[in-house]
Amino acid sequence: MEQNLLLTYLLFTPVIGSVLVLFFRNEQKQLARWFGLIVSLIAFVISLVIYFRFNPTNPQFQFIYQVTWIKSLNISYHVGVDGISLLLVLLTTFLTPLTLLSTWKAIEKNVKMFTFSMLFLEAGMLGVFISLDIFLFYIFWEAMLIPMYFIIGIWGGERRIYASLKFFIYTMFGSLLMLVAIIWLTVYASGMLGKFTTSLVDLYKVGPTIPHQIQGWMFGAFFLSFAIKVPIFPLHTWLPDAHVEAPTAGSVILAGVLLKMGTYGLIRFCLPLFPQSAVQYAPLVSVLAVIGIIYGALVSMVQTDMKKLVAYSSVSHLGFVVLGIFAMTVESVQGAVIQMINHGLSTGALFLLVGILYERTHRRDIAFYGGIAKIVPLYATILMIASLSSIGLPGLNGFIGEFLILLGSFKSSVLNSWWFTIFAATGVIFAAVYLLWMYQRIVFGEVKNEELKHELTDMNLREMIVMVPILFFIVWIGVYPNTFLKLTEASTQSILQQVGTYTVNLLK
Amino acid sequence: MINYIYLTTLLPLLGFVINGLFGRKIKNERIVGIIGSATVGLSFLVVLGAFIQTLGLPVEERSNTVNLFTWLSVGGLHIQFAYLVDQLSLTMSLIVTGVGFLIHVYSIGYMHGDKGIWRFFAYLNLFIFAMMNLVLGDNFVVLFLGWEGVGLCSYLLIGFWYDRKFEKGTTSQAAKKAFVVNRIGDFGFLLGMFLIYMTFDSLNFKEVFARAQAFPVAESTFGLIALFLFIGATGKSAQIPLFVWLPDAMAGPTPVSALIHAATMVTAGVYMVSRTSILFASAPAIMTVVAVVGALTALMAATIGLVQNDIKKVLAYSTVSQLGYMFLAAGVGAFSASIFHVMTHAFFKALLFLGAGSVIHGMHDEQNIQKYGGLKKYMPKTYATFFIAALAISGVPGLAGFFSKDEILWNAYSNGGFVFWLIGAVTALMTAFYMFRLVSLTFYGHERFDHHHVHPHESPSVMTVPLMILAFLSVVGGYIGLPKVFAGEHGNLFENWLEPIYAPAQEKLAMYSSSTHLEEILLMSISVALALYGIYFALHVYRKNPKIADNFANRFKSMYNLLLNKYFVDEVYEAAVVQPIQKGSEKVLWKFTDAKLIDGTVNGAATIVDKISGVIRKVQTGVAQSYALIMVAGIALVLLWLILSL
Repeated sequence: MEQNLLLTYLLFTPVIGSVLVLFFRNEQKQLARWFGLIVSLIAFVISLVIYFRFNPTNPQFQFIYQVTWIKSLNISYHVGVDGISLLLVLLTTFLTPLTLLSTWKAIEKNVKMFTFSMLFLEAGMLGVFISLDIFLFYIFWEAMLIPMYFIIGIWGGERRIYASLKFFIYTMFGSLLMLVAIIWLTVYASGMLGKFTTSLVDLYKVGPTIPHQIQGWMFGAFFLSFAIKVPIFPLHTWLPDAHVEAPTAGSVILAGVLLKMGTYGLIRFCLPLFPQSAVQYAPLVSVLAVIGIIYGALVSMVQTDMKKLVAYSSVSHLGFVVLGIFAMTVESVQGAVIQMINHGLSTGALFLLVGILYERTHRRDIAFYGGIAKIVPLYATILMIASLSSIGLPGLNGFIGEFLILLGSFKSSVLNSWWFTIFAATGVIFAAVYLLWMYQRIVFGEVKNEELKHELTDMNLREMIVMVPILFFIVWIGVYPNTFLKLTEASTQSILQQVGTYTVNLLK
Repeated sequence: MINYIYLTTLLPLLGFVINGLFGRKIKNERIVGIIGSATVGLSFLVVLGAFIQTLGLPVEERSNTVNLFTWLSVGGLHIQFAYLVDQLSLTMSLIVTGVGFLIHVYSIGYMHGDKGIWRFFAYLNLFIFAMMNLVLGDNFVVLFLGWEGVGLCSYLLIGFWYDRKFEKGTTSQAAKKAFVVNRIGDFGFLLGMFLIYMTFDSLNFKEVFARAQAFPVAESTFGLIALFLFIGATGKSAQIPLFVWLPDAMAGPTPVSALIHAATMVTAGVYMVSRTSILFASAPAIMTVVAVVGALTALMAATIGLVQNDIKKVLAYSTVSQLGYMFLAAGVGAFSASIFHVMTHAFFKALLFLGAGSVIHGMHDEQNIQKYGGLKKYMPKTYATFFIAALAISGVPGLAGFFSKDEILWNAYSNGGFVFWLIGAVTALMTAFYMFRLVSLTFYGHERFDHHHVHPHESPSVMTVPLMILAFLSVVGGYIGLPKVFAGEHGNLFENWLEPIYAPAQEKLAMYSSSTHLEEILLMSISVALALYGIYFALHVYRKNPKIADNFANRFKSMYNLLLNKYFVDEVYEAAVVQPIQKGSEKVLWKFTDAKLIDGTVNGAATIVDKISGVIRKVQTGVAQSYALIMVAGIALVLLWLILSL
């Protein structure tokens, strides 16, 4: 097969960048910032090149590069993308420079190490999305924990140690289960294929032949690991803490990309590797997803801390994604994929906006604010658009995802019941409640605190440069989602086909 | 002009963008107002052109689709961004852009001096954009785009004066309430769409309706579809049980109440039911539900309207009541009559609201009618036009409201039954009464305001000219829909024009009226007599003997309080729905489930691991002898096991 190095260039850009930044002196803060921004922009440009050369009608992995890495175990450095992973790669390379730029004022402590962590994190995330070798995938999956742990633990809030530990232990616990399952799977594969292999493409053939009961355990182990990352109810309690304590940049990347690795894992591994179990447990998983949608929304509604409110809203929004994935119709899975992007954009934007207020006043409690529309009208407008996007207003991105997910799950033969959709759709109501209520309390009314008049200033140029591209895509996806849906359609079809071939009897 | 129909959404969108982005910098508020009004005026001309062009086409060619681009395409789902230009959408478009234009012009005067005028016109234009998508969309998803879009604009405009108080709360609370209650309806609408897609494999109007006629579909499926869609309609069009947001929506500036909460947006539910008439006609049980809900809403809102003292509140409940009429009409299969009433109601109710706005404007923002009185001489133009509108809504023969209301009442009787007619007629009596109570308390009698602080004055002509045009329409607007009993079998131009839209539904309903002309004329006479009596009684009481009203209120105190407090529906919802959800979420879900149950388990597990490791650690004493001891014990155990298993 023809080897293509583009993805490797992409992956190694932040890797090399992160190493180089270590050679900076501590005082060279501004230089480190510019350097980080430029490196991440280069990565973005490379990902754009890949996007333009990508053939969306081909469901196979493209831009493949494979070299043997550990010969004795037949492990290779094997990368490639299909439409789904490419879209997530683009999300990663798009959000990273914006996030870096957003921290220019907020992060003063150890800028060099911060830039290092962020670039290292970007490399880890990219690695997760482009790995086609399950062992390689696992390495990136774990490696990425480290910079995130530091970002929360060093640049976080008061309870940062507690939060970062909780984050680390929760995810580690899941990962270890997955590691056990990976080892079992590869050993089993070597028995089936006569050679030891960790290649995902090979494993796709092996996974569905695993005896029923064992496959259930395998599915469970992978699922649990991803479910913690997503997070799916009731494994979500690390998320609010992590978000609240993380610096803005950490929250944006955490919500924007990291959580997507969980849902990406479900699509990339759980469904095609263990199709029978996935179908069998789909109703159960969907029940959890729907509980997550409603539960996340209700708990979000009563929060007094803005960041926590947005964090719980993530639980709700990702419930939609999981429901879409396990409804296993083209509409719902396509909706789930686009919803991953949407959530990255709108929740990312919300976290950035909360961060902008926090930078000025160092307050995140909703009760402190009120009436800021008068003081910062531009900010109020942008917060409105981001909230509406999150609420799922037609014409903006959120609607497309939710609509497709609900539509697809309604007619899903795997779920085979309307109740999932009916309950999930109540999330549409609650989203309006908690976001508009927050908005009303922060933005409308009389100016509540005199301090606000002195401390608050409207969005500055740098902040606008961060927000405008996000808003641009919020509108683009809402008005013309086909640009993105076309990219993933063939890949989605192919995964569902893989599931369908092996479960055709189960469904009848 | 049909092919340029997209201009009718594009122009207001352009107005929104210009005023939204640069409005703040345009220091001259007149320019802002002209941009806002001109875009809608031009849209009206485009609609008018398309209307005239369509009139010139043979009947079977009057339904045209204008395709713009593919919006959503996934698997088998293909949603075009396309507009359907047919008799129904043109009728609605004429109302939206025509009345909309007048209200825009009026707003130049009404909002004069408001710092946020650029924002006001931007939102108003965005509303027209959304509303036009709602009525022009050729499929459910574009309709839903408009549907939610108008909800957003309603939200933005109710809370336009975001730093003001409104009743017990703030304007922004009223705005949020409107949006959330609407969303409850949207929830139903969404489910309806899903079921339609599952049943007919399409969301395009023409395809769905054609398949609904041709496919053998269970009546229960149709029933569910219709029910879900109707839930959507009850939200947007303020019907029982979701009407509670509309009275609070009066927190917005009065032109908003006229445009959104009287003339156009709130009729979206009626339009939607009318558009999907074939689906409703296929579900007779739900048709009855629609008629019953409509009738009850009409009656209930009218009773509340009898005792309210806020000029806008009276009109708000009146709107709820009139919307009830429209659903009553749709429920008995008289879809054309329901749209006819949408149109006439748009004229006279917009006029009433704008007139009320003119009064409020002249009375320095006072809205309590008990503090008006004798305003006739101060604002003659406002009075004259308001009086005409009041006659029209009361159903006085010769004016627009008479024709559409009579059409509804007659259909309620002949297709629905006597009880429906009776409720409609009683409502008509009450309507006439509360309208002329309003007229009397505002324009007649002695002046009850403080002359030192309030100096009533007539509004400028930029406000009164739109009033006069609407007054003109409220008089003549009904003549395109003359009752058949007078004009002959094909004499109702309005019904003839819309007939092709409802033909499939009518065929399905197969209504054969056995009623006679004599019955029709008799019933018409009774309802007119009731309306006239209502007017007379209101004038008698409030103009001449205001004591009668007080005595009445005292004698039936509990009833009066019940009505004054709007049957305590808000309070019941608050106690039964809002509070339990809020308290439950906070106490049970967050502080118990999340913090105690889940985190407690996780942290507990960590503690246990900690404890166990504490114990195990003690094993690692570093003393070689004890290690040896354990080793020996281990070997002994293994040996024992081997021996036992032999």
